[in-house]
Order: sequence, then C-alpha cells, then structure tokens
Amino acid sequence: MRNPVIALLMLLVMGPAHALLDIEITSGVEGKMPIAIVPFKWNGSGAAPAVNITTIIRNDLYRTGLFRFTPEERFIERPHHGGEVNFRNWQVLGVESLVVGSLQPDGKGGYFVQFQLFDIYSKARVHQPGVPAYKIRQLAGHRLHVAPGKLRLAAHRISDIIYEKLTGRRGAFSQRIAYVTRITIPGKGPRYALRVADSDGHGPFTVHSASAPIMSPAWSPDGKRMAYVSFENGQAAIYVQDLSSGNRKLVSARPGINGAPAWSPDGRMLAVTLSFEGNPEIYLLDLASGALRRMTRNTAIDTEPAFSPDGRYLVFTSDRSGRPQVYRIPVSGGRARRLTFEGRYNASPAYSSDGKSIVMVHHDGTGFRIAVMELSTGQIKVLSKGRLDESPSWAPNDSMVIYAAEYRGRGVLHVVSADGRVSQRLRLQTGDVREPVWEPFRKP
Amino acid sequence: MNNLARIVILVTGLVLLSACGPQTRTDTRKPEVVDHSARGNAGQDTGGNGAATRGLKGQAGVSIGSLDDPSTPLGKKIIYFDYDQSDIKDEYKAIITAHARYLASHPGARVILQGHTDERGSREYNIGLGERRARAVRRMLLLLGVTDGQIKVISYGEERPAQAGHDETAWRRNRRVEIVYTSRQ
Repeated sequence: MRNPVIALLMLLVMGPAHALLDIEITSGVEGKMPIAIVPFKWNGSGAAPAVNITTIIRNDLYRTGLFRFTPEERFIERPHHGGEVNFRNWQVLGVESLVVGSLQPDGKGGYFVQFQLFDIYSKARVHQPGVPAYKIRQLAGHRLHVAPGKLRLAAHRISDIIYEKLTGRRGAFSQRIAYVTRITIPGKGPRYALRVADSDGHGPFTVHSASAPIMSPAWSPDGKRMAYVSFENGQAAIYVQDLSSGNRKLVSARPGINGAPAWSPDGRMLAVTLSFEGNPEIYLLDLASGALRRMTRNTAIDTEPAFSPDGRYLVFTSDRSGRPQVYRIPVSGGRARRLTFEGRYNASPAYSSDGKSIVMVHHDGTGFRIAVMELSTGQIKVLSKGRLDESPSWAPNDSMVIYAAEYRGRGVLHVVSADGRVSQRLRLQTGDVREPVWEPFRKP
Repeated sequence: MNNLARIVILVTGLVLLSACGPQTRTDTRKPEVVDHSARGNAGQDTGGNGAATRGLKGQAGVSIGSLDDPSTPLGKKIIYFDYDQSDIKDEYKAIITAHARYLASHPGARVILQGHTDERGSREYNIGLGERRARAVRRMLLLLGVTDGQIKVISYGEERPAQAGHDETAWRRNRRVEIVYTSRQ
C-alpha cells in the first residue's frame, strides 16, 4: 500500500459496516432427496451478475440436510427451460427433482428470472397424448421481476418455493437473522452492534450499535420491530426498535435487571426478566399501557421466558431446584411445572412453531450443547458438538436451528439441520458474533 | 434526538436518585424488603445497621488501608467466586469489611457493585447470577452498617470478562464482583 492513510481510511470505512459473515460447511451428510440444479443461463449482453443464483439456491437447500445433489460433471445435458429437457437423461442419473432456469436484464438495472421445477420419477405422472412431457411433470414454474440489488433475495425466494413444493413445508430462506457482534477497535475498546442479515449471512445492516453490551435481540411476530437489551446508559434497559424507521422506544429501565425480552404471539406483550422487587422474576409487560404482571415468585433466578405458539404458556429457566432447569407456567397464572430432568444444566428454551418441542442449552456431562426436547415424551436429542454452545433459535419452519458457539477462541454462529446431520459455521473476519435469532414468518 | 433522549434519561435518573436518597434514609426497612428473598436475614438488617454504624465510629482509628494501595484490604476491590456460586468465601470477607468501614465512615462515598460471571451457560441466566453475586456483597456491606443509598448494583453477566480466554484460568478471574467507587467522600 503506497498510501497508508488511505489504506487506514478504507479499513475504517469498510470495517464493521461491511462485517460480512463467512460461511463454511462443517459437517454434512447427503440427504435423501436426489435433486439436480442446472446452472441458470445468463441471457444478457456483457458479464453475468456477480451474484450466482444457482449457488445460492443450492447452498440454501443443502443446509436443510434433506437433499442429495447430483454433481454437475455427471449432467448429460444442460437445459434452461422445460422444452429443452429430455427426462430420460435425468432418470438414468437417479435424479428425482430437476431445477432449470435463466435470467436476463430488464433494461433498468434489474432482472427477469424464470425457473421451473420438475418431478422426474413420479409414477402418478403418466404420459398424456398431445401434452409435452415437461408440462405434466412441472411442479412449479415462475417468472420473477427482480429489482436492482435484490438478486440474492430472489434466489432465496426460489429456494423457498422449491422447498415447499418438495417437502410440503414453507421455506424459511427469505427470513433474515439478527445477531450481536462485538468487534474491538484498536485504541477504542469493544464496539457492540445488533445486526440483521440474510439467512445465509449476506447483506448485513446495523440496527443499533454502542460501546456498552447489547444483548437478547427478539423479533416481533410481524418481523417489523425488535426488542433488545442495551447497557448504553450505565444500566440494563429494554428497548423496542422499529426496523424500517430506526425509531426506538425505551420500554423498561427499572433498577436492577431489565432483560430477556420475549414477544407474545399477538405482539402486544413482552415477557421480561426484572429484579426491581429484589430478585430476578418474570413479568408480562403490556406494551401499550406499560402495565406489569408478575408471573413468578420465589428466591431463585427465574429468567429467559419464551411463549408457546398459542400464547397460553411460558417456558423459562429457573434454578429453584439448585441448578438451572426449564419450567413451564400457564400465562393465565398457576404453578410452574418442571420440564427437564435429564442433564445438570438446561436453559434458554424456545418452542418450535408446532409447539411440540423446545430447543435449549443442555449440559450433557461433556459440554454446553444445543438439544431439542420432545414435550410429549421428554426425550432429548443433542444437535451440537461444541463445548460452549448457547442461544439456540429455530428457523420459523422448524427445519433448522441457529446457535452461537466458540471456535478458535472466537464467537461464531452455527446453523444445524433439525435432524443434526448438516452443520454450517458463520463467522466474522474479526471479532465475535453471538445471540442469533431467526426472523419469524410474518403474522398480520 | 439521541442526545435529547440521553438528557431526558439522565435527568429522570437524577430525579429518581434524589427521590430515592432521602426515602432510603428515613425508611430504614427498605433493605429488608429488598432482601426478603435472601436466606434468613430479614429483620436483622435494621437493628444490625444501627449497631454496626455505632461500632464503626468507635473503631475509626483502626487501619483498613488505603483505596489506592492494593496491598491493603481497602485497596483490593475484586471479590472472586466459585462456579455457579454466590457465597462469599472467607478469604474475601476482610476486603468487604474494609470497604464497609470506609463507606460507613464516609457517608458521601458511593459504590457500584458490578457482578460478573464466566462465559459458561446461557447469557441471561448469567445476568441473574452476576446480580446474585453483587447482591451477596451488598448484603454483607449493609449488615456491616453501610447505608443502602450508598450502593448501586449492576450485573453484566458474562458480557464483560476481565480476562479473555476459554479455560478455567480465564474463568476464575471472570467470576467476580468489582467494587467501583463513583464518589470517595
């Protein structure tokens, strides 16, 4: 670098604002559903866009652990629309689902993207005289008009459509993730930031940053606001921030702990942990009126509340038995019931969207791991292999869990498929990333 | 906007502080109320407060060291804890006693007790644990005659480690309460 001042300025400008999460696959097992994705054809003059739609779709689907990809070098043909497909060429490869597509410029900086998804093997789809084979076998076919700069989002939308057609469950690739970063700026100390990025870590933007800790981000059910804890005024306080305008409201700054905000499914209340009455207890805070209702009453630490999807229960962490365990209490009031008995440390619970299981931090005797407990049986399945894993959050369709881990002395994120078979690591070039939360499906 | 919000919060904080101050002094039962969750010390605080304060004045000549001399009990400002524990170990009682005497004999002095944990386990549980540790130190200070209004408690949980690292060497230095003086007189 000839000019160190410019180099330094570049670093400063590009530093935290462009703090991209790098992705690497840490463990993978081939899924069961054989699929082939033909690289999308670029039908424009000049170079194809830097954003590679095909790769994004493939990575999205891979992360679920459900799919087995036929490698490109085995392809016999490279069709880009249904009329070009010779289905026998895919049947011989054992492919069951085929994706083809293309994109072209719209002349105004955006694109048109078209794609089709075909069922290669289904026996129900028999030959019909006079109808082209691709029309019988087509499961999905779309043409998307993509605004400038939105190609990545379009690719995630396509992944969502493919996933839903093939699994019957809504795709969650277009939902974003929020997380907290801690980056030390030399001579200035640590800088904390709450960020939101695509589910694969791309396109991060900063919601809030401060030189004091930021904790416990929580999406509102409509995905428009975020609650979080900030220590910027010398004590813990809970804020609710509108993501599009950036306006935020202080909702709790009582003496002591103001922490662990969790939204009610209707978005009207936050369950929070407060200690102004002398001990960490769980309260319901009505956001419109500011009214508080106390939910727990004992000398233990009660914290980390999370609502059941129907809004009738709260699960939370309590050490009333001597060690942290997970309990459940009816929102209408009543006694808390202990849910976890296996393992000496269970904490940070969150319901799956079907309400049938909870994901939590679980100490299995060797380390702090991420585990899923089926509520009807109490059976625990450990999903992670780390030593210091924490902060698990479900993808809104329950297909994956994102959590925080320690890797080579730094805080990183992991995404693991719900069956534990595929795991990916997301990390920053410098600094720590922690407390990931997956954006929910929007409720009107 | 941000600055204005900050000023509003600051002013609100000052108003609250000034409102709390006299109230705390006249309402001597307040420590009881706050500590009713703690093991069996409710009811003893009030009597203990007065007695201890009188005792301290009598002991004013006893040297407890200097706030700036780390070789004396008063110069030490960090109390360390065992994993997932908030009991004050015997070796730290002399330090807390020294600070109690200083605070009782300097009614204008103010401290913040910052509770911290190691990084293991969940973050919000650790916020609770850090506060429990800071409250354990606070309770002992109150029993030794310090006025409630002189003490503020804040828990940072695992968010502000004293030492980086992911092993017991770092963890034992991070499970701590720091006594931070915001006013010495």
